Amino acid sequence: MITSGIEEKTFVLNLGPQHPSTHGVLRVLLEMDGEYITAAEPVIGYGHRAHEHMAENRNYQQFLPNMGRVDYLHALAFNQGYCMAVEKLLGLEVPERAEYIRVITNELNRLTSHLLWFGAYLMDLGAFTPFLYCFDDREHILDLLDSLTGSRLTYCFYRFGGVPKDIDDDFISGTRAFIHRLRSRWADYDNLVTKNVIFIHRTKGVGLFTKEQCQLYGITGPSLRGSGIPYDIRKSEPYSAYPQFHFEIPIGENGDIYDRYIVRLREMEQSCRIIEQALNKLPKGPIMAEKVPKRIKPPEGEVYTAVETARGEFGIYIVSQGDVKPYRIKLRVPSFANLSLMVESFKDNLVADVVAILGSIDVVIPEIDR
Amino acid sequence: MDVLTHSLGSEGVRMIVGLIGVIALVSVNALFLIWMERKVAAHMQLRPGPMEVGPHGAIQTVCDAVKLMGKELITPEEVDKPIYYLAPIVVFLPVLLTFLVIPFSQTMVIKDLNVGIILILAFSSLSVLAILMAGWSSKNKYSVFGAIRSVAQNIAYEIPLLITVMSVILMVGSFKLTDIVVAQSRYWFILVQPLAFILYIICATAETNRTPFDLPEAESELVAGFHTEYSGMRFALFFLAEYTNMFIVSAVATVLFLGGWHGPILPGAIWFLLKVYALIFLIMWFRWTFPRVRFDQLVTFAWKILIPLSFVNLLLTALALKIF
Repeated sequence: MITSGIEEKTFVLNLGPQHPSTHGVLRVLLEMDGEYITAAEPVIGYGHRAHEHMAENRNYQQFLPNMGRVDYLHALAFNQGYCMAVEKLLGLEVPERAEYIRVITNELNRLTSHLLWFGAYLMDLGAFTPFLYCFDDREHILDLLDSLTGSRLTYCFYRFGGVPKDIDDDFISGTRAFIHRLRSRWADYDNLVTKNVIFIHRTKGVGLFTKEQCQLYGITGPSLRGSGIPYDIRKSEPYSAYPQFHFEIPIGENGDIYDRYIVRLREMEQSCRIIEQALNKLPKGPIMAEKVPKRIKPPEGEVYTAVETARGEFGIYIVSQGDVKPYRIKLRVPSFANLSLMVESFKDNLVADVVAILGSIDVVIPEIDR
Repeated sequence: MDVLTHSLGSEGVRMIVGLIGVIALVSVNALFLIWMERKVAAHMQLRPGPMEVGPHGAIQTVCDAVKLMGKELITPEEVDKPIYYLAPIVVFLPVLLTFLVIPFSQTMVIKDLNVGIILILAFSSLSVLAILMAGWSSKNKYSVFGAIRSVAQNIAYEIPLLITVMSVILMVGSFKLTDIVVAQSRYWFILVQPLAFILYIICATAETNRTPFDLPEAESELVAGFHTEYSGMRFALFFLAEYTNMFIVSAVATVLFLGGWHGPILPGAIWFLLKVYALIFLIMWFRWTFPRVRFDQLVTFAWKILIPLSFVNLLLTALALKIF
């Protein structure tokens, strides 16, 4: 293509599906004029596993482990979304203590997701060292969650009506120690990255998302908040025990990739706040609702629930026809919408910026492909 | 030995022994530097690095070198074969030749040419040709990107580098490397030319394609850039050249700014190597702390900031020499 003729001014560059910076199996076709992009087209589906179709062939319990595989970085939020939807169908009341445990584990999981994003993003920008710093921190959370849930990545911890295992004193003291440690690390992160001149030059004013664009494309999560819209399901449609905690929604000003970076960094601090409050106020009581039927067979009906994952709004829509299997499940995943706008914003940018923008959105490909 | 001396003359023997010494030094030095880089990186990243093979993993790079030698040399079908084969040699030979004039101590210099510094600068700019050959002949778009970037970058950074070196040459009045070191017997030039030193280090980092200026091989953007299609020993030669280049730019910086072999108590050669490795450590430190700059920013930085600054420095040096 490069040598095909003088008349042709542009050529097509194939980015992915095997490329160090596409975070999995995303493929983007870039039409380029020199190093500048004139058009971009994402090709998705390399990680397609038909989760929605699988739901129609399994009963409600059997589908639960699938949720941890849709977004492997924030599995517990997907667990929670699904459990909430089924509980809504069944009319189950989740005990207070179970809700608190869900919030604590969920926020810990959000921290792991953001920490991994932090490292991967800086790696996309060419800095390798922060990656290992945040993996060191992330490892502590994985150990904590491992002791509680038995797995390190694709958690399947929540059950319809509560949680299967109570948290013990070791977990509580370990979590407190970790929060303390993580807070002492913010200064390192700031000195290593946020205050770095090269980093600021690379990120300020690049990959702008305007408020209008965000609303047009249905962007959610830190990418939306980076553009200055304070929309977070945990505040706007509170669920679980979130209304009982004080926390802020950090927002950016310009909507460039620097703002999205700052928003995520501040969100980590907010997650720490939530976990601390939850540990302080942890109520006593059962962790499982009474009268959870052995055979989950919800009545006929349709429900929609939404939760805030590390990447944005995850919505799940279940149609039940009174059977042990759901009739239809539709997953509304944040990365899919975010990807559409991202591709739009590639235009007239350099290849280096493409990689930076891709990293700033924090896409998880299995979530897009489902 | 007598036969050799008779047929070649003492100068010829000196050259042959020197070249063998240089080849040995280059290989051992590259192995050491790669190990050092791994250790430096590891300790900056809160991990121990290679630990298994030898004490603190010291033999790890030797094993890796052996592994690379045993690897199949894959030649993709579409490549422009002669150029593709030639590129690893072209990248390595000039690097080897520059060692001819580097003064490790007062006496340890193979050929003390009176245009030493010019020879080094001329040969080290040849490496860009090799990168261009490698990238272009690979017939891979990512490699071509790497090659194009490399050319733009090297042209942009060669100019301030030359001008900065000129300001030191003005002070000494000789292109001979030993003369430059001898001129620093009272004080090091870094004290009177701090700006030139900083400019030189920035340009040298860019010349050796190291982070934050590693655009020709930017992994997260261009996969591996110009050497994506190379494997086995051909890849190893690029790798070797990169690390040897780092040694050379540090050695030149030592000669120009850090007083070469001058230093108390220890022998001159040891002082020289100590200074060189300290500078290499500095360049490694850059790599493991900074993100990569963007291509347009890099070129803008060279043309709009470094070149004017280096001219100002040259003018000031000339003025100061005229006045004092």
